[in-house]
Amino acid sequence: MEIELSFIWAGIIAFAVLTYVILDGFDLGIGILFPTGHSEQERDVMMNSVAPVWDGNETWLVLGGGGLFAVFPLAYAVVMPALYMPIILMLLALVFRGVAFEYRWRTKRWKPVWDFAFTGGSIMAAFMQGIALGALVQGIKIADRAYAGGWWDWLTPFSVLTGIAVVVGYSLLGATWLILKTEGALQERMQRYAWHLAILTLVFIGIISLLTPFKDPVYFQRWFNLPGSLYSSFVPLLLILTTWQLFAGLRARNDFRPFFASLSLFVVSFIGIGISFYPHIVPPSLTIRDAAAPDASLAFALVGTVILVPLILAYTAYAYWVFRGKVDASEGYH
Amino acid sequence: MLDGITAETLARAQFAFTISFHIIFPAFSIGLASFLAVLNALYLWTKDETYLILFTHWKKIFAVAFGMGVVSGIVMSYQFGTNWSVFSDKTGPVLGPLMAYEVLSAFFLEAGFLGIMLFGRRRVGPGLHMFATTMVAIGTLMSATWILSVNSWMQTPAGFAMNAQGQFIPVDWWKIVFNPSFPYRLVHMVLAAYLTVAFVVGGVAGWHLLKDRTNPATRRMFSMAMWMAVIVTPIQILAGDQHGLNTLKYQPAKVAAMEGHYSIKGDNQPLALFGIPDSAAGELKYPIEIPYLGSLILTHTWNEQIKPLDAFPREDWPPVPIVFFSFRIMVAIGFAMLGVGLWSLWGRIRGRLFKDRWLHRATILMGPSGFVAVLAGWITTEVGRQPYTVYGLLRTSDSLAPVAAPAVAASLLAFIVVYFFVFGVGTFYILRMMGKAPGTPKLGLRDGPVRAAGISSVPPRNANLPQTDQ
Repeated sequence: MEIELSFIWAGIIAFAVLTYVILDGFDLGIGILFPTGHSEQERDVMMNSVAPVWDGNETWLVLGGGGLFAVFPLAYAVVMPALYMPIILMLLALVFRGVAFEYRWRTKRWKPVWDFAFTGGSIMAAFMQGIALGALVQGIKIADRAYAGGWWDWLTPFSVLTGIAVVVGYSLLGATWLILKTEGALQERMQRYAWHLAILTLVFIGIISLLTPFKDPVYFQRWFNLPGSLYSSFVPLLLILTTWQLFAGLRARNDFRPFFASLSLFVVSFIGIGISFYPHIVPPSLTIRDAAAPDASLAFALVGTVILVPLILAYTAYAYWVFRGKVDASEGYH
Repeated sequence: MLDGITAETLARAQFAFTISFHIIFPAFSIGLASFLAVLNALYLWTKDETYLILFTHWKKIFAVAFGMGVVSGIVMSYQFGTNWSVFSDKTGPVLGPLMAYEVLSAFFLEAGFLGIMLFGRRRVGPGLHMFATTMVAIGTLMSATWILSVNSWMQTPAGFAMNAQGQFIPVDWWKIVFNPSFPYRLVHMVLAAYLTVAFVVGGVAGWHLLKDRTNPATRRMFSMAMWMAVIVTPIQILAGDQHGLNTLKYQPAKVAAMEGHYSIKGDNQPLALFGIPDSAAGELKYPIEIPYLGSLILTHTWNEQIKPLDAFPREDWPPVPIVFFSFRIMVAIGFAMLGVGLWSLWGRIRGRLFKDRWLHRATILMGPSGFVAVLAGWITTEVGRQPYTVYGLLRTSDSLAPVAAPAVAASLLAFIVVYFFVFGVGTFYILRMMGKAPGTPKLGLRDGPVRAAGISSVPPRNANLPQTDQ
């Protein structure tokens, strides 16, 4: 019982990070696609489609950071200095993109500045998140409860690849979200983009999946050793199923299916990463158990989490429900 | 370029810089969220459109300030790890869960209901909209509660033990959350947030009263703000006094620094109104003092003295001049607030509240005073906690992340440039919105159509109308 708390928490943190990735993923994706809006009105619609929910989405990032600090303080203390630069750049990028939501309505002359901040910030944040992911997969050197690597360890061809992959993947989420939330010419265009972005995303998932097992013999073991790989073979199967859903949804011009299939694509990829990492929280050497705070901390935080997270999910779902349906350009739904 | 500047100094500068910018926004949004909830409730209760006009007006300002608070707050939640990773590793088991509770019980509540509060009145109806507005206000207060518990624990740690890895581990959560300085700090900060907003609203109202004293919305908000000033300021001064006595009990060196009390001299403790602390010489230069008053305030006796700085090892002293001056700035502003409050009460009694132009000018001058006082107060308590992060137990120099000075310097520079730019522009937009009288349909570009969430008082949208920035 006592040892299991840390694994429950690893699951909760993973859930928070995944929720962040898919929720902020589509609203960062809107930012990345923002310049493709053909008119002022189209860009307004794109931004308005996420305006009521973006800060709720970003709160999951705070939960990821705060939760890690709470229950895996050692992991937090090792990862943050190791990824110092990408994290700081991501935070600064989120500053620019977050304020753009309000600022661009407050000025005429500087509107292009904030439009640029919105796009630039979204691309930079997504790219840095991808780099952080790549750097984690590569592994982080630890000695004596502290980061022991160099300041540029995070920057490798592999991490740049994962960075670009996340930008592309978030664009796919953004495009399919816009298929869901808009109509007319904008929706048509997003429908077209979604095809290209879906193919690109799958190519990146393929390349990264092939490279990852060679980053660490442990990953290789996990994926290619019988009988263990039998258990993990459900991941590629899920991936195929999701891909089929995505393209079938796009072909059928369904509003919902492409978005939820894209979300599932992220979920499946995330499960894949989880399988590679387990039982480590920071590969290659820090395990979930070693990084965990004492049980007294885990138990105390768990009580609130068990009560509050379902509540949060409920009222977040309610907020999405309130703002459901197509964004009506003429209403200016704000 | 970085000669003599250590990574520790840079990391401290970076934390001080980012937290100082950040605290402005929560201080504003804690007060403003409650103000908005009151305005909306009064509108629903009295059906007086004036309240709705005020709600709609301040809501837009709130949205901008809240956005700035969110993004500067995300930075804070990662700063602990990036620059203070050893602190994070050691205190995470105790402080982490409190912060997790802040995220779960406060941030999500605010963010989840903010959209409905800002944009959803027509979609959900007045009842649920009121509920959402209340939830946002409660969220800001919950957030203050948890984060002040965290800060207070760093000032007056309790309910913990140490493990073999040198981590603080929780023993008694009740004692951790309700540590000795927490109730005082919480009351002091929440009242400070309310006063900050009262004086911002009062200053904005004063500005508009000078131009037009007939606008009912302007008059209403001026009256509300001045009631807050006259009622809350005395309570805040009392709360501050109690907080000071609590600090004297648990962090006597901090209070000695606040008072510039280097050594025992004479047979009573005077209250130093002013002076220049000279820590090298160990004395307060050029003091202007009132005899006996220090003894009276701090010990509630006629001639007892508090423990002076020279009773503590020098390496445990906080930087005395910063603490000394910032404390005086805070207290001076507090009494200036009291003065304006009493002035307004006198004007109200004589029926001159909306006519006294000098009062209106004074409120404009005092408009930003709450922010200055909040910053000065936090500087007093945080610098006064030095040289420790966890008071008496973990030194700041032992809390640092293993990040090299150039990396910290580069990120510090980036934060300075970005924050001054982004938040400078945001402040400009907020001031411009405040410069418009309440009831002005547009506070910015295409503001009418985009932000209109009122029921009936909002003019019809016309997107093709030529728009001006002013």
